[in-house]
Parts: sequence; structure tokens; C-alpha cells
Amino acid sequence: MLTKERAAEIFDRIRRFSAADEVEVSFTGSRFALTRFANNTIHQNVEEENSIASIRTNLGGKTARSSANKFDDESLKRAVAASENLAKVQAPDPDLLPMPTAEEATAAGKSARPTRFFEQTAAIAPGERAEVVGKIVAVADRHKLTTAGIYSSAESAEGIFNSRGLADWHAQTLAEVSITMLGEDSSGWQKLNSPDVRNLDAVLLAETAARKAVDSAHPREIAPGKYTVILEPAAVLDITGFMFWDFGGMAILDQRSFLNDRIGKKLFGENINIWDDGTHPLQAGSPFDGEGMQRRRMPLVENGVVKRVVYARGTAAKMKTSEYAGKVGPIEATGHGFPLPNEMGEMPMNIVFGAPENPQTVEQMIESTERGILVTRLWYIREVDPYEKILTGMTRDGTFLVENGKVQCGLRNFRFNESLISMLSNVEAMSVPLRASGEESFDMVVPAMKVKEFNFTEATKF
Amino acid sequence: MKSTARLALDTAVQRGATYADARGVQVRNRSLTTKNGRVGHASESESVGMGVRVLASGAWGFAATADLSKESVEATAARAVEIAKASARVKREDVRLAAERAAVADWTTPYKIDPFTTSVEHNLEHLLKIDAEMRAVKGVTLAETGMNFQREESWFLSSEGADIHQTKYSTGAGYTAYAFAGSEIQKRSFPNSFGGQWQNRGYEQIAELKLLENARRVAEEAVALHKAEQCPEGQLTIILDGSQLGLQIHESIGHPIELDRVLGMEANFAGTSFLTLEKLGKLRYGSEIVNVVADARQEHGPGLGTFAYDDEGVAAQSTPIITNGRFTGYLSSRETAHTIGATRSGGTLRAEGWNRLPIIRMTNISILPGEKPLTCEQLIADTDHGIYMETNKSWSIDDKRYNFQFGCEIGWEISNGKRVRMLKNPSYSGITTEFWNSMDAICSRDEWMLWGTPNCGKGQPQQVVGTGHGASPARFRGVKVGTAYKGS
Repeated sequence: MLTKERAAEIFDRIRRFSAADEVEVSFTGSRFALTRFANNTIHQNVEEENSIASIRTNLGGKTARSSANKFDDESLKRAVAASENLAKVQAPDPDLLPMPTAEEATAAGKSARPTRFFEQTAAIAPGERAEVVGKIVAVADRHKLTTAGIYSSAESAEGIFNSRGLADWHAQTLAEVSITMLGEDSSGWQKLNSPDVRNLDAVLLAETAARKAVDSAHPREIAPGKYTVILEPAAVLDITGFMFWDFGGMAILDQRSFLNDRIGKKLFGENINIWDDGTHPLQAGSPFDGEGMQRRRMPLVENGVVKRVVYARGTAAKMKTSEYAGKVGPIEATGHGFPLPNEMGEMPMNIVFGAPENPQTVEQMIESTERGILVTRLWYIREVDPYEKILTGMTRDGTFLVENGKVQCGLRNFRFNESLISMLSNVEAMSVPLRASGEESFDMVVPAMKVKEFNFTEATKF
Repeated sequence: MKSTARLALDTAVQRGATYADARGVQVRNRSLTTKNGRVGHASESESVGMGVRVLASGAWGFAATADLSKESVEATAARAVEIAKASARVKREDVRLAAERAAVADWTTPYKIDPFTTSVEHNLEHLLKIDAEMRAVKGVTLAETGMNFQREESWFLSSEGADIHQTKYSTGAGYTAYAFAGSEIQKRSFPNSFGGQWQNRGYEQIAELKLLENARRVAEEAVALHKAEQCPEGQLTIILDGSQLGLQIHESIGHPIELDRVLGMEANFAGTSFLTLEKLGKLRYGSEIVNVVADARQEHGPGLGTFAYDDEGVAAQSTPIITNGRFTGYLSSRETAHTIGATRSGGTLRAEGWNRLPIIRMTNISILPGEKPLTCEQLIADTDHGIYMETNKSWSIDDKRYNFQFGCEIGWEISNGKRVRMLKNPSYSGITTEFWNSMDAICSRDEWMLWGTPNCGKGQPQQVVGTGHGASPARFRGVKVGTAYKGS
């Protein structure tokens, strides 16, 4: 695995090879293993190790990037030359800032750094993964189901060094279990990940997925329409994740954000509060952004009002002199920039939903529902209308009819076309937020939600 | 690289592998973009490494490393065997591979101009001219352009004696004009959305795309959409342009014919398929004029799914997928061929790079053009009432690939054989087999284009590869239109 000391040595050589005004090197390194199972057997089982040095040069107000995964002198010289050659031929960019110093990166305070590296996770061996998969398969066999899924483990490192003295490093581990249980005409699903493998109970997840598959057998078809839905946390994160691309200053400047002309206005229900908080104990990831700026905890939505967006350094400088200054809340570098150069600017990716005043469990939400639909998971979500934030997608792996406070039966899956603005204005109840993981968006700390008038437009054949 | 691969194979066999292959891959990418009159990014990357795939104790193991030293390669091959033996602890039966002649070959994508020899300055200038042309249209609020090149050199050696060296080039370019006004963001892209048009070719493709020539029109359409009527809702006749039909093929034919999905191997992530095994040769997938092939051969064209050999050393083939409307073929691999009674793989196992396990992927999944001469304008002239839709904006389909919904960037109402007005936000939805059975006309060869989808995701860990889709404009009757905006 790439270490900070080895990265520092590579950076020193790159500096020597570079004739640029400034040079920055972002490092990523990982050792990743994944055991995949289907039809109650391990059918794919992989492991890889790789490290990348991604070199950015600034030359006379121009910038470009080149990366390599070999660190001998010849490979590094070639990558440095490629970066410089790509920069040289450009016109100077008047908005390009000098690279940040260590002082600037931490000017607003150094982020808290919760431990995210756990030896127990890093040490997981192929035999241990097979043993856990064997237990998951045993659950499937016991319920006469077929199972498919993954058990993965990884240790990774992320670092950044620049010629103005900035140097930062982050190491973490991550273990993940995702399980689908399949019946004759039904299925159930669960997924969870954590830097600490001791937080994962694969058998419990398997039992929950199995129960969903069994309970949704022989699904009924009901007419599409507007229903009260109870969205489990994975469904909430997968659909709401699509809006956070718009919570960056560059999206506002580019006029591609649904928040254009809407910051400071009440957009969602009073009960919606959202932060970006990379230091949250249930979050994962590095404490610095693509330029090495410390990630700061940012309140994004307070009582349904979008208060602000996040900024990379360059975007903040640009916004301050734009026509939007004074209309978009506080403008300052927040430590959410992507590695430069890029077109997207920045994005909050450590989303934490605020806890409701009176949290309800999913079971309590079901008990209080006269007629509605319980959704385990959403799938293949895509944006239909970027400004009204209408999204389409499907339900999947456990969709249930709720009547008179009880789960009655499984349902054939639906297609939805729903505006996120409308959905987050119609939240009637929420659970305590927890770390959840889906397939359409990044991991978040989110609650389950009970939402009225959720718009299902079609049903499918299963 | 060959001697390194042989070292990996020897080590794997010594450690107990009954089959092994080693794939060394060196990939170089260049990406140039502009945004609103400035360079968006200019970047390059190089990645090199080797993946070792083994069968031991009847099960698979795979390990990959970027460190190609002797010690590292030996350790990686040994690790692959150790992983395979762990896999064998949870198996029901041994993996069976269909026989394949061990090929010895050297192949390179036919190209005229190596894109990496072209001037970065000239290419940025070209993109900035397009950008300026779009922004010259009042109402355009964001202009984005991009150009991408890739060179992938691979060495595949197996314990059966295969020794295949391939070099593939791909080139892609395109742009988008956005117009934000009031409460709407509209956009138009060219030649296609989500990065433009991509093929396995050299730089010669760039000139043929006529990017600059179309920039003004495309930008004007983005602005004009704000004044266009909303696409109506109902059961209507629609005509899809070739690029949208290409994506329709990708989602509702390409994915469901992947045999690993059919067999449940992708159930946890990408999903399964409605095309269960008993449907082969029996299901009426589409109307009589629907003919679809999976064709990875160079003679099919320079698609993103074109190669000489797949990533387990099986030669490129053409497989009839839908023949006169009837379902006739799956995408298969050496491991899965026996499940459909085949004695040989269809040659569709592909990996994203050196560090990924090859899995069944689309090659070029193409609908064959109509035999009678028919242009798109003639097809429109032959249509009493309907909607012509162009360029994908959104796409979604369920995990068995039945129910789909697509949105397009722009539509035109057709009345009495003429385009009478522009329509915004066109969308349509349906059930896969019902939709393909409603196709009653398809344009001929001169309208047929091999489109590239560069961003197809599948597998765990996820792999993104490019696929090709030949298509010409086609007409469908009685399609559900406009549901995407209904009541939302």
C-alpha cells in the first residue's frame, strides 16, 4: 500500500522534474477485494492493488493534469511533461488561483479527523469472506431462496502535496455487504458498509432481505397513481442524491442548478434540515478537497429553506464578483472542490439529514398509514426535468402494500415520475437518520421518510 | 509484457490452477473540454498493469497488480489461486469452459491518424470555435464541448496457449448548448448527448462529424425550445432518430440478452432479465422487420464493441439476436455457453482494464437497416400524424428490462407527412416486447449509423465500457407518450 512517506518521496522527484510555476500531486492508493456470489455460489472473487499519482501543473496562469500508476523516473517525467505540454498551449485563465498554502487550507480551522482506518477491516482475507458468504447462503437455503450479492473489503489512501508547502494524507478502510434474496416471483435486498467491519452483521442483513423476499411473494398489481409512500433510508438517499450536484457555486454560475433564483426561499417542508458534514461519526471519506482545502461542516437547508451552497476556492472568488453575489447566502471556500481543472466546480458529498423532532420507526410509519406503499429500494433513477427536479425510476426488491396500519402483501414494481421539490415538501414523518448505502447515489446519513402523494405513473410486469 | 504474463501463468499452474490467463493492459487517455469560451480541462492519464484469472478447485480467482516486478507478479498469480480455492468453499458445481482453439494473433484498430499525434492546441482551438458559435446565439447560457481519445494495448496469454496482442483506438467528440430562462433549463447536443459520438477509430472521425457546421443550428434549437409547446400525452405514432434508437436497443435488447443476467449472476446489482432460457427461438421479440445482431467484427464497422478477440481469447463473431422479429440469440462466454446448448462462446467477455475481471458485455448490438430505400424525410412524409423525437435526454428501465421510459431533447409534431411544429420535453414509455412489436418502418442503409455508448456500467466492482449500436430512424405505432410529466 502507498504510504505518506513514499508519496512524499515521489512528490519530491516530481518537483525536480517539473519546470512549472507550481506543481500539485494528488495520490490515491488502494487494495481492494470483493467476493461476489449468485445462485448460492461464489462465482467471482477478485483482488487488486493500484496507486496513482495525478500531477497538476500551473504555468503562467494555465493549468492541466496528467496521471500515471508507475513511479519510476521515466514514467513520472513523461507524466510531468504531458501535464506541462497540455498547459502550455492554452490561453491564460484570469480566474486561475495560485495553489493554496497549508495556512490557507486550514485558515477556517482544521477538520476533526475521526478514525476511519481499522486493522480488522484491512486484514480480511479471502477465506474469511468465503466464510461469511457461506453463512449468507445458509440463510437463503433455510428460506428456500436464491441469493446474490457481494462482500468487499478495502484499505485506501488519499493524499495531496503541492509546491507551496501543502501536504495532507488520509487513510481509511471500508467493508461492504450487499445481499439480494430471490424467490420464485419476489425479491428482497439489504446493503450496508462501514470503515469498521465490526459494524456489519451480514447474517442479520441476509435475514432481513430473506424476510422481504418471502413477504413479497405472489405480488399483486395495483393501479399506478399518487400514493403515500414509506421510503426506507436507501430509497431516500438514492433519490435525493440527485439534487446535491446542484448545491455548488459553479452550478449556480452555470445556470444549470435548480437552486438558481431559489436560494433563501422556502423550497421544502419545514421539517427538512440538511448539512454537509464530513466529520460526522457515521460518515466516511477524506477531510480535504481536491485542492487540499479542509472540508467544513456546512448547513445547506434549514427548516425547508436552502441557505447556501458549497464552494471550491476558485468558484467562491468568481461568485463574489458575479451578478449573484448577495443573492446566494454566504460565499466562501468550504472545502468541497473537485480536483482541478474541472468543469463541475464542487459538490457536497457528506450529506447528513437533520433528525426530526419526533422520530418514528418504519414500523410506526406503517402503523399510522391507512393506505400506502412501503418501498425498500429505488432503481435506475434519471433526471427528467432539471429545474423542477422531476426524476424517474423504478421500485425494486421489496415493494409492499400497506393498508390499515399493516403490510398486506407484495406489489408489482412501479415507475415513478416525481419532483424532489414536491417530495421534500410532503414529508409527514421521518426516522432517526442512519448511515445508508444504495446504488444510484453516494452514501449518506438519512432517515426513512413517509411521503404523501408520491407519483407512480406505471407498473411493470413483476 | 509477454514474458511477465508467462511468469504469471507458470506460477498459477504450479500453485494448482487448472486453467489460467493473464492480461497485461496499457491504457492512455486524453480528454479536452471547453466551457463558455475557456478550456474546461485538459488532461491525460496512463495506466498499466496485469490481471491474472485462474480456475482452481473448480472455482474462479482473480488478482491484479500495477507492480510488474517478478516478485509482485508471482505473488499476484499465487493470490489468484488462493482466492480461487476460497471461492471453492461456496460452490455447487465446478466451472465448465467451452472449448476454444488457442489463438495466436496481432490486431490493431484500422485508423488513418493516431489521435495522440494531433496538436492539442489545434484541438482546443477547434472546440473553442464551436463554443463561440453556440454562444453567439442569444439565450444560450452554457456551452460545453469535449474531445476524447483512448489507446488500449493488451496482451492476452492463457495456459491453453493463446497469445493475442491487440491495440484499440477510440475517438469521441461532441457538445451541448444549454438555455436557462424562467423556470426551465433546455438543452441540445450534437452529434449525440452525453459526450457526443464515439467510435473505435482514429482522429479522422473528428472531421467527419461536422461539429462546427452544426453548432449554430443546435444552439438555436436549445433556445427555441423555450417557445415550443409541451409534447402532448397519449397513445401516438413516434419516429425515433438513429441515436435514440441506438440507446433504446442498448437498454431493451442489449442488456436483457446478456446471459449472465439471465442466469442470475448480476441479480444483486444490474439485475436479471425477462429473457429466460425457454424463450430462445420462441419469443416474438418484435415485428417481422426487426432484425438485430451482436457483431464485434471489424466488417460490421468501427463500433466501441469492435475487436478481433474478446478478453478470454475468443474471436469476434456475429450472432443473430432477433431474426425477423423472433428471439434467436444471447451474448455468451466460455463459462455460460453450455447453458444454451452452445459448444462455443459467442465471444463477448470484456473488461474495463487490467484490474477488472472480464464479464459478459455488449459488443455492437445493431438493428439492421430496412432493405427498401427509405430516408428519414421520406418516413416522415409517409406518416399522417405522429411525433419525431431526437437525441436522448433521460433513460430508465426496470431491472428485468421490461418497463422503460425515455426522454428526448427535442420533438417535432408530424401532421400529414410534414413537421409542423417543435415540441419540448418529448418522452415515451412502454414494455420492451410490446414496443418492438409496434415497429412498422425502418430507414435504409444510407441513414444507418454505428453509434457509440461510452458509459455502460455493469458488474461489481462496477466496470464502464463502450458499446456500439447501429441504427437508422424507425417508426413505432401506438406508443405511450408524455407520461413523464403527468401529474408530477
